[in-house]
Amino acid sequence: MRILVCVKRVPITGGKMVLTADAQALETKHLGFTISPHEECAVEEAVRIVEAAGGEVVVLTLGPGEAEEQLRDCLAIGADRGILLETAGEDWDAQATAAAIVEAVRGETEAFDLLLFGNESADAGGYQVGIRVAHALGLPVVTGLKKIEPGEARVRCERDVGGARDVYEAPLPAVLTVLEGLNLPRYPSVPGRLRAKQKPLARTPVSPAGAQLEKLRLSVPAGQGKEAEILGEGAAAAPRVVALLQELGVA
Amino acid sequence: MKVVCFVEAGDDLSAQAVGFARSLGEVRAVAFDGAYQPAAWAKTLAAQDADAIVAAGSDRGNELLAHVGALVGQPVAANVTAIAGDVVTRQRWGGSLLEEARLHGSPQLLTVAPHTQPAAELGEVETLLAEDDGSPKVLERIEESSGGISLRDAKVVVSGGRGVGSAEGFAIIEELAGLLGGAVGCSRVVTSAGWRPHTDQVGQTGTKISADLYVACGISGATQHIAGAKGAKRILAINSDPEAPILAVADYAVLGDLHEIVPAISTELRRVSG
Repeated sequence: MRILVCVKRVPITGGKMVLTADAQALETKHLGFTISPHEECAVEEAVRIVEAAGGEVVVLTLGPGEAEEQLRDCLAIGADRGILLETAGEDWDAQATAAAIVEAVRGETEAFDLLLFGNESADAGGYQVGIRVAHALGLPVVTGLKKIEPGEARVRCERDVGGARDVYEAPLPAVLTVLEGLNLPRYPSVPGRLRAKQKPLARTPVSPAGAQLEKLRLSVPAGQGKEAEILGEGAAAAPRVVALLQELGVA
Repeated sequence: MKVVCFVEAGDDLSAQAVGFARSLGEVRAVAFDGAYQPAAWAKTLAAQDADAIVAAGSDRGNELLAHVGALVGQPVAANVTAIAGDVVTRQRWGGSLLEEARLHGSPQLLTVAPHTQPAAELGEVETLLAEDDGSPKVLERIEESSGGISLRDAKVVVSGGRGVGSAEGFAIIEELAGLLGGAVGCSRVVTSAGWRPHTDQVGQTGTKISADLYVACGISGATQHIAGAKGAKRILAINSDPEAPILAVADYAVLGDLHEIVPAISTELRRVSG
């Protein structure tokens, strides 16, 4: 089975959102980077499927040159090769991102059986790149999945719907978008990291079409930075906590 | 302006979306019968005579609008909190950041960020027909055996983070949650470590809670965690670090070692309830 997993480099935000002076981006000078959590599970799932059934896992990202770091992380946990659609570092909207991915998929010599995406990116949260790619390629798509069971010609999937699970099936090839909780992703091993350095990674420069959802500026919502009322320190605070619980009507 | 708003019966978020849609123009609230089939339903939605198509920022709302956007070749603004002409304000990072963006083209396609608008009456709901086009649809619904109180709907959530230290450490969190008739939650660090199942995770990529009280024990308060916790009316933080970011969003705090504080609260609760 040939599986493509699409991932996005995002900052690890920590406890506070700080913006650049022009309010166009998060200030990332002091931040590390990772991929969106849903996508960590997508990569893990792809690697497990190929470990069990054979095939190839290709991991693709659209982002700045530094996103090679995230692709190498994916190669370190078992993906076979990487594709970096290299931007100048600017934000791309969902339509432009999907179009670039579609072009890269069409440029592959062999077709993919499964195309996996995170349900939504951690940062922009547009909920649409996977669906747009599916439409452009004429493939079926199922989203928001916490279980995937690929067979020979079809894939069975499950989506949580508040106290129940909805079951879908799609013929292969198909696009699936997944959620964290699908599996527990492994950590890369040291030999895995060493192997990842040798694995093939293709860089293709890409330039954006004009954004149709055009970012103007970012802001941090009000409501942060309130002063918590300190009820006390240590076990001695218990009576005050219980008084509060009673006052709030929860005890 | 002609506005079509997709709604689901008995859904709070749909009621909020309809209210928001009415601020744009004259609204037709529409729904579908039968098994959920997103691509087919979206085809029908895309064919409506509309200047704007709106849905709730729910799993289904975001999914349907993405299909509509792909079908008509227009941008979609997900989780919008405000709109003025063609400029939307929308949530990024699960609501930890806001973005102002120009939404080009017509029809305007957008979903309404949950719990940012008052609910409105749905009014008259028109049922649309969608032809089964063979695209994936819900084949079966498997009901979960109800194992206690759901995290999403619990009135009280007692949650543990890295500070709990181990899977076994959650015994005191479970005890307090049990005494309060609440649910147990946790942070992403905890599920990544395998101490608790992902279904217990509160956060941007876990469950977004709406409790009356959230008790955060040994949780530093990363933004992705707060994105899931901020729906709680009140937050009580129990933390040894007075500089922890959770204190900037908490209403109340107890400073110190949760391993002493949490059992002491349970003991005191038992004593007063005698």
